[in-house]
Amino acid sequence: MDIDWAALGQVFGVSLVMTVGLVGVFTLGIVGTRTSSKAGDSGPALLGRVGAYASFALCAAAVVYGIYIIAA
Amino acid sequence: MENITLLIGIVIVTALVFDFTNGFHDTANAMATTISTGALKPKTAVAMSAVLNLIGAFISVEVAATISKGLINEDSGIDPAVVLAGLVGAIIWNLLTWLAGLPSSSSHALMGGLIGATIASVGIGAVSMSAVVSKVLLPALAAPLVAGIAAMLATKLTYRITRKTEERDVAKGYRAGQIASAALVSLAHGTNDAQKTMGVITLALISGGLLGADADPPMWVIASAGIAIALGTYLGGWRIIRTMGKGLTDIRPAQGFAAQTSSAVTILASSHLGFALSTTQVCSGSIMGSGLGRKGGTVRWNTAGRMLAAWGLTLPAAGLVAAGAALLTAQGDWGVIVVTVLTVVISAAIWLASRKEPVDHTNVNDVEPVAPDTPAQLGVPPQPAVVAGVGTGTADAEAESSGPSAAAPLSSSAS
Repeated sequence: MDIDWAALGQVFGVSLVMTVGLVGVFTLGIVGTRTSSKAGDSGPALLGRVGAYASFALCAAAVVYGIYIIAA
Repeated sequence: MENITLLIGIVIVTALVFDFTNGFHDTANAMATTISTGALKPKTAVAMSAVLNLIGAFISVEVAATISKGLINEDSGIDPAVVLAGLVGAIIWNLLTWLAGLPSSSSHALMGGLIGATIASVGIGAVSMSAVVSKVLLPALAAPLVAGIAAMLATKLTYRITRKTEERDVAKGYRAGQIASAALVSLAHGTNDAQKTMGVITLALISGGLLGADADPPMWVIASAGIAIALGTYLGGWRIIRTMGKGLTDIRPAQGFAAQTSSAVTILASSHLGFALSTTQVCSGSIMGSGLGRKGGTVRWNTAGRMLAAWGLTLPAAGLVAAGAALLTAQGDWGVIVVTVLTVVISAAIWLASRKEPVDHTNVNDVEPVAPDTPAQLGVPPQPAVVAGVGTGTADAEAESSGPSAAAPLSSSAS
């Protein structure tokens, strides 16, 4: 019996961290655009919008990395 | 190439048919939640998935024969007749589970078919039982747990972050995110599953002496496998899409996004880190996880139980059909022809049975189609825990019954 427990554990850990991380970051991005569009162009709203775009950029990078993994 | 025998020709066609069933069986993995939350219209979703399947089949040319190499010892005399029998077992199991609307792993069906055919023709010694446990049984338990826990925690997190926000305000964003993660699942599916068919065809060509022992799949094999899986995906296994999108749990956009992201990440992590997990089982697990993650969300364990039973049966059932087919194909050309004719007849019978209660892009979501952007869709209250049942309109009554009732022919024919 040759079960690669280490690989299974890795898959579990990576899946958990990446899923929760990406979903969390994306959700922050959505909430960020939401609050900034409501509040207009004042200081904190601008900050929220920049943060939101940064979140989406991070998610886009993750998608690109995903494509890279599939193609590699 | 000049002397393709009858047998090799039939094996190639059958492999492409399997590839096609693989496509329509697994459309649900990428697109079920995308369709049920209204992120994409049903037809748009399957078209996008099909295109990405096709692209996926071409972007990776890593040798595709892992499915046959690990499990079955090739030195012990695998011949095209055995491969044919294995494919027949996998196709018939795929069609039966499709009729019942149950997601089950096409890869496991193929492995089960090849194992059954090998046992019938060569004997039990040619199959590595520890490989069966480590490559099929354990992953089947691990996949839904890994993806499910990730999706559950991610769903909880989304509801925590957005607890001060109206659900309809963020739904649009989640739907957009869902499309991206569904695209990744489709791409990965094209790469993985089309390669399995390429591997099988290549194996048949090698075993028939038409290709050298370590040959890579020829271009026509890659192209035809990619096209077959894309066509199957475009056709759409609507029955299975309905079960996964509506039957297991009620999915709202935030859950759909969490589930889909968990699926994409888990599939990529498993293929990248070298612990292969079944796409179907990963996706089913993440959908159930997202159902458990929302407060007030319920998983229909009845449907989930039938699905788990189908997973357990996949290997032995496909193996049994394949073993029977292998005994026939071993008789020579007439046996091969009998198996081919029987496969066509059985497939046609299953298709006819499906026409009694058709499920297609028009009724896949059970409820009247709602335009993706209308907020009204979010106002739909949580549905009662009736299996696959929604039944809000008159037209739904007939469409709805196909899910649960179609399980009857499955259980009787499989036992």
